[in-house]
Amino acid sequence: MRFFSKFGQYLLMLKGMFTRPENPKMYWKEFMHQCVEIGIGSLPIVVIISLFLGAVTTVQTAYQLVSPLVPSSTIGQVVRDSMILELSPTVVSIVLAGVVGSKIASELGNMRISEQIDALEIMGINTKAYLVLPKIVAALLMIPCLIALSAFLGIWGGRTAADMSNIVAADIFDIGLRTNFSPFNVFFAMSKAYTFAFIVSSVPAYYGYYVTGGSLEIGRSSTTSVVVSCVLILIADYALAALLL
Amino acid sequence: MIEIQHLKKSFGDKTILNDVNLVMQTGKCNLIIGSSGSGKTVLLKCIVGLFTPDEGKVLYDGQSMTELTVQEKKGLRQQIGMLFQGSALFDSMTVEQNIKFILDMFSDLGHKEKMKKVNEVLARVNMEGANKKFPAEISGGMKKRVGIARSIVLNPKYLFCDEPNSGLDPQTSLVIDKLIQDITTEFNITTVVVTHDMNSVMEIGDNIFYMYQGHKQWEGSNKDIIHSKDEKLNEFIFASDFLQDAKQMRMMDAEQSKKEGNTAVRQ
Repeated sequence: MRFFSKFGQYLLMLKGMFTRPENPKMYWKEFMHQCVEIGIGSLPIVVIISLFLGAVTTVQTAYQLVSPLVPSSTIGQVVRDSMILELSPTVVSIVLAGVVGSKIASELGNMRISEQIDALEIMGINTKAYLVLPKIVAALLMIPCLIALSAFLGIWGGRTAADMSNIVAADIFDIGLRTNFSPFNVFFAMSKAYTFAFIVSSVPAYYGYYVTGGSLEIGRSSTTSVVVSCVLILIADYALAALLL
Repeated sequence: MIEIQHLKKSFGDKTILNDVNLVMQTGKCNLIIGSSGSGKTVLLKCIVGLFTPDEGKVLYDGQSMTELTVQEKKGLRQQIGMLFQGSALFDSMTVEQNIKFILDMFSDLGHKEKMKKVNEVLARVNMEGANKKFPAEISGGMKKRVGIARSIVLNPKYLFCDEPNSGLDPQTSLVIDKLIQDITTEFNITTVVVTHDMNSVMEIGDNIFYMYQGHKQWEGSNKDIIHSKDEKLNEFIFASDFLQDAKQMRMMDAEQSKKEGNTAVRQ
């Protein structure tokens, strides 16, 4: 029963975002601010994770490919598909659920507890539209870009690791990258990216926006939002794989 | 003028407000007083529209808040200024940005005119020179003054203050009280102050409403309150007014020294 009540509240929050903005310029400013926070703010961690994901995938694939019948260019193919299909969208989104999600939940939670949201409401501003919508739209724009960048960096990291540790030469790796490339995989990765971006932004926004109590509750809601986002990402990951592949 | 008619509000089984009827007059400081849990903050939140009442009406110059459309409600809210208990300043913005934010959102003024307006209201609350400071860098009393400046920047018709003196020393409280009173008369606005500070009551209470267990128990001015025969109100006043205690102690001390003086004379 509590689940349905919370889910209903979540849907009402999403519905409440769509009203005419009081001043479109201010909404645009807030949207750009969120793009910087979510996109540029998460860039260093995404770059580091992606490079190492690609490198580790290369080393581990090489370790498992012991048969002389399998050409070594297959490593490039495996790294490419692993990064595009699963590692970049899912792992990066789970990391972003922690980085971006906890920030959104604690920011809104703090604004709620310190009555800043009430102050905005009193001014006649639709706080759902002004505080939540720019975050979700910015996430929908920036997270797929981060995931695309992650896939590229992961493959590049894998190629560099393969070349540097003499697992496979860069030109052989490149042959693997070009073999049996399916553009549908990119479509699938982007479908996941948009779905996860929505989860990563809207779920923490809900937990932060409706927090009650004090500073302890802000921490709790932030943690809960990250846990729920991660679980929802994994469920959505499976659902999308079952539906689209 | 704000009129409250038969207002009721419950949370679950607990009734917080039970048939509250009040009339708050323009150009005067209307104080809602009462002990903790008497429903004064809930009443304030119902008046400003942060809570929707279960029953009853809140009329702003005859317009019912609950019957307005979303756009009309937004328009009305732009005529409302509110000072929150914790000031509710935006942490990530400077003092200047906090005030300018409302102008950016709702006015068509140019940058220079906006800055002029910001400096005017800051000067009005004696906060000149604090433009570039962040809320974390200023004291509680200064935050309240910035909160007042922010709430009057759009020339509101109604000003609401939730516990404006909480956490402040008596001297700063007096400054804030005086500021609220001056702004009320200067702009001829309807001011509603929720407080349990008896010094504020005596200082600025043009109209006082005493809330007890979710209903209005007593109504009058600061001149009437000390002569009130209402038992519940007297319990509240004497429980909260440390001056009464001090007065009683002084009387006891005087009696004691009188007795000691008499004994010395006898010896």
